[in-house]
Amino acid sequence: MITKRIIPCLDVKNGRVVKGVNFQGLGDVDSPVSLAKHYSDCGADELVFYDITASAEGRALFTDILTETARQVFIPLTVGGGINTVEDFERVLKCGADKVSVNSGAIRDPSLIGRAARKYGDQCVVLSVDVKRVDGVFRVFAKGGRENTGLEALEWIRRGVGDGAGEVVVNSIDTDGVKQGFDLEMLEAVCGVVKVPVIASGGAGKIEDFITLFHTIPGVDAGLAASIFHFGEVRIPDLKKEMQARGIPARITEAD
Amino acid sequence: MTAIVDYGVGNLFSLRCSLEAIGESVEVSSDPEVIRKADRVILPGVGAFADAAARLRDSGLDQTVREAAREGTPLMGICLGMQMLFEKSLEYGEHEGLGLLEGTVRPIRDILQEQGLDPEGRLKIPQMGWNALRFRKDSPLFRYIREGDFVYFVHSYAAAGCEESLLADTEYGAWLTACVGKGNVTGCQFHPEKSGSVGLRILKAFCEMERSAT
Repeated sequence: MITKRIIPCLDVKNGRVVKGVNFQGLGDVDSPVSLAKHYSDCGADELVFYDITASAEGRALFTDILTETARQVFIPLTVGGGINTVEDFERVLKCGADKVSVNSGAIRDPSLIGRAARKYGDQCVVLSVDVKRVDGVFRVFAKGGRENTGLEALEWIRRGVGDGAGEVVVNSIDTDGVKQGFDLEMLEAVCGVVKVPVIASGGAGKIEDFITLFHTIPGVDAGLAASIFHFGEVRIPDLKKEMQARGIPARITEAD
Repeated sequence: MTAIVDYGVGNLFSLRCSLEAIGESVEVSSDPEVIRKADRVILPGVGAFADAAARLRDSGLDQTVREAAREGTPLMGICLGMQMLFEKSLEYGEHEGLGLLEGTVRPIRDILQEQGLDPEGRLKIPQMGWNALRFRKDSPLFRYIREGDFVYFVHSYAAAGCEESLLADTEYGAWLTACVGKGNVTGCQFHPEKSGSVGLRILKAFCEMERSAT
């Protein structure tokens, strides 16, 4: 039976891991390579590296870090941030990324999803969406959650999957950083419109939040979080053991 | 030395790194001479079967791989590379494989339907994620792993009718072929280079396989 995946997300800026609360107030945590290796050793099922650098130097540094991580870590690696062209896909795939997530780049140019999927396969293209309720409607936000695009989120996700996105990361801005649990209502709505894997992001504060997520919405394939893992508030081996004990298929590794 | 056959499909960086991580010397090559003198050969692959098979044939490396198999060189196909070891694939039409193993690569959806499983088509295809291995035969590849260990899959097609070479399967709606082997010819549907320490231990076992007598 396929297991539910647990995915730590590393936001990388100028070669360091950072994570903000509600996308503001970023604080340094650790070296990306050592943190990635640590997570792999303690049973993370996959890693997301998110490049939040804007400068060319920062981008080159990010690529170096990615390469070094791929040399040492042998679990799937997804890379996002600054992916605007098919060439950007090429740049990170060459450095050892397995999947590439598009967000603002796809909003600016929706054809990016289809072109990348045809070149690298659907399984390689992850559509990442920052969603927030505006007057009771799920809207897509761009620029790290600062700008309302006006796009209706469910329609945008359905279209992206139709164009070839093989996986969807749903990040709820409403619950992000609040640590009161995942946005179950939003996730259930997304699971109702697509048949590709759905990854829940935003709002996890404790182990129980993941249990509730997987018990409540069987269509969700993975849970993603950042700071609660970085700061040790949730230990992945403990989380996996609890999942197993509560009847949720989880990959338990020998080191546990 | 292990040669990774480079015929222009897929990303070979992680595969090379995973072999280097277990102390194996690696050459990623499209040169038949390099592949001929290798102690072991890995045939990787991602993407569409027809496209990959055509590239392999056009490069002439299909003959090199067949030759390696014939001469007893340990050979491992990974993912689409494993699928190409079989007689044919029914991915968008019917396409000829290398025919080194008996069996046909078929859509997972068809395999499920045939067994009356998942009639409403609820299961997500591709299978993407970590799933457990059930051993069907003993194999030197399993020397360092245990039944129930998890490996990482990404696939929409699976080998069927390959009872003769089936070494391990995995449950995704139905029991799907996960690992095959017959003599020196082996294959993994999953990605050992992305399957953490379990994957590295499978690669280590493969790198300890000796050339068989012909």
